[in-house]
Amino acid sequence: MKIEINNKWVETFEEETILEVLKRNNIHVPTLCHIKDMLPTGACRICVVEDADSGKLIPSCSFPVYDGLKVKTHSQKVISSRKTIVELLLSNHPDDCLYCVRNGNCELQSLSDNLQVRERKIRGNKNHHKLDLSSSSIIRDPEKCILCGRCVRICEEVMEVSAIDFINRGNKTVIGTTFNEGLNTSSCVNCGQCIMVCPTGALSEKKHFPEILSAINNPKKQVVVQYAPAISVSIAEDFDFKAGTDVNGKLNAALRAIGFDKVFDTTFSADLTIMEEGTELINRIKNGEKLPLITSCCPAWVKYAEEFYPEFLTNISSCKSPQQMLGAILKSYYAQKNNINPANIYSVAIMPCTAKKFEGQRDEMTNNGYSDVDAVLTTRELSELIKTFGIDFKNIEPELTDSPHGVRSTAGKLFGVSGGVMEAAIRTAYFKLTGSELLNFKVKSVRGLKGRKEAKIKIDNLELGVAVVSGLANAKILLEEIKNGRDDLHFIEIMACPGGCIGGGGQKINADENALKERMKALYIIDENETLKVSHKNPEVIELYKNFLEEPNSHIAHKLLHTTYKKRDVLL
Amino acid sequence: MLQNKAKILDKNQISRDNLIPILQEIQEREGFLSKKAITEVGQKMNLPTSKIYGVATFYNQFRFEPTGKYHIQLCRGTACHVLGSATILDEFEKQLKIKAGQTTSDGIFSLEIVACIGACGLAPVISVNGEFHAKLEINSVKEIINSYRNKSI
Ligand code: SF4
Ligand code: FES
Repeated sequence: MKIEINNKWVETFEEETILEVLKRNNIHVPTLCHIKDMLPTGACRICVVEDADSGKLIPSCSFPVYDGLKVKTHSQKVISSRKTIVELLLSNHPDDCLYCVRNGNCELQSLSDNLQVRERKIRGNKNHHKLDLSSSSIIRDPEKCILCGRCVRICEEVMEVSAIDFINRGNKTVIGTTFNEGLNTSSCVNCGQCIMVCPTGALSEKKHFPEILSAINNPKKQVVVQYAPAISVSIAEDFDFKAGTDVNGKLNAALRAIGFDKVFDTTFSADLTIMEEGTELINRIKNGEKLPLITSCCPAWVKYAEEFYPEFLTNISSCKSPQQMLGAILKSYYAQKNNINPANIYSVAIMPCTAKKFEGQRDEMTNNGYSDVDAVLTTRELSELIKTFGIDFKNIEPELTDSPHGVRSTAGKLFGVSGGVMEAAIRTAYFKLTGSELLNFKVKSVRGLKGRKEAKIKIDNLELGVAVVSGLANAKILLEEIKNGRDDLHFIEIMACPGGCIGGGGQKINADENALKERMKALYIIDENETLKVSHKNPEVIELYKNFLEEPNSHIAHKLLHTTYKKRDVLL
Repeated sequence: MLQNKAKILDKNQISRDNLIPILQEIQEREGFLSKKAITEVGQKMNLPTSKIYGVATFYNQFRFEPTGKYHIQLCRGTACHVLGSATILDEFEKQLKIKAGQTTSDGIFSLEIVACIGACGLAPVISVNGEFHAKLEINSVKEIINSYRNKSI
């Protein structure tokens, strides 16, 4: 089958859309309502091309090709039609680009630039809507919304949350929650995937920049920082490195240059999590307690369970997430050892995640009245911070993390990708149950970016049934299977974001198409190249148990590192 | 109330196509669509409440607050429009400090926009609990409101 594009014939496959053919042939037409790998809606019509025979404009994202079709992608008609659409979108837009979070990274802005919109042709009434500042993770600014509907679709189809939808009709249409109330009272799980697909500044994370700035400049405060396993293989993209470059050393140096007093790695507490959660798993299996055990590191998943699947709350591990574990250790053991009043520690976490902001302020996540973590920055906010401080990231000399709580295994590093918590846990559970290490450490069956992976792992006489899902829609399917009687699983890893935290809602927006794969590869390369591959051999973790925590699941470990969750009442 | 809703839900086959008739019937019985009603419909029909609210707000006919003691229906049909019903609406919203579709916090007034109520000769016209007020002018709005408010004490 062939179609003609701009007077050149190209091969196409059955059931392809014009857009797919164009992409394959490196011809760029803009899209707004379209999301890759999802059914097209054909709502915005920015993607139109001209049917060369009839002269009609057809939306390329939803139009299937047929043999002999001839299209023009940039005819005069096409360009002026696209331009009109953009002018219409701008007619009620606030136009405050200079003050906008997405200045320089906005699809509407680049569209109007590319189409050379240089004057205001259409004057409409400006939108007037209140900012929704109610959520601890996500800010909604409906005035900047162009109603492309991508957030609605992600929330419904990838997350199965459907916290938001189109409300009202005609020029009154807005995107909002049930009863148009604050996001904080809705079923929103704070995953931030809506921010990742929003073309404009209508959705963004709640910034913690001002608080951090004043903490850094407060001489009474010791400002400590930790960063998640995914950060070192993600942040480089903002500074002209290839996707998947690991810049751990530069990251440490940049954080010190900004003024953080101590720089720790959340991967250390990922190892700690494995010690606690691995022990919990083994105990549950040995004592015939409730199974499957489900991971608790992802706060978006935890909130989802509290709302939609409270019957599974007792399946969820009592372990706090690595972010909270390290926070708790820093304000207890670390503070004691260094003679610092925990009230004077300001604890910052850098995460690829917006839900971590919500997690950080949960009531459960405190100890002796102190929040484990005081502020959470996304990967994006860290990039902004590095730029604000004028740091030459590209050329900064690498430095090491602070010790203790800085040494990590590569198993902990894998927490950044879907399947990683599982693989790390299996390595340690295997050792604890058999006394010897898993042969070459790899658990290939739980690797890769598929939304669902399953395996049966033989550990002596035990056949451990495991499943890994990412994207809450995938979690839902699995949980329904279990509700309907499936009972061959011992351990489940659930991450809200597709691909796990490397694809988190706090990551770079409009990243390169291969970025996810490259970040994943980077984590596995680190695992391949380094020697400390298991959490239970992390010397600083071992020392922490010896000096302070006694043993996994001890009384003190429970007090600091574990918690429980309750059913949450929101409008579902 | 609860039983009623269950009945409405049972009677109508549970499918997305029936959403609007179900909502209409609930509104007819209860006067408005409460959070509780929307949540129950959602559970029964396996639909997120955001979807139901989205569908319901698409149509002018649904309200989400109980009507006030005096329910003001303001005509926005063509004849009334030509004779200035938009400014009358503004004035009502201003005086009552609510938007169309809402109820005052003391529960005395609610305001609803309706299409032509078949009294074009009286345009611009409103009906308060069925009582018509014809050929409205901006100045008469306050008077009308006050007369009902006095009645309610
Ligand atoms: S998968 Fe990772 S990035 Fe996404 S919400 Fe969960 S913890 Fe955050
Ligand atoms: S991208 Fe094709 S219609 Fe919106």
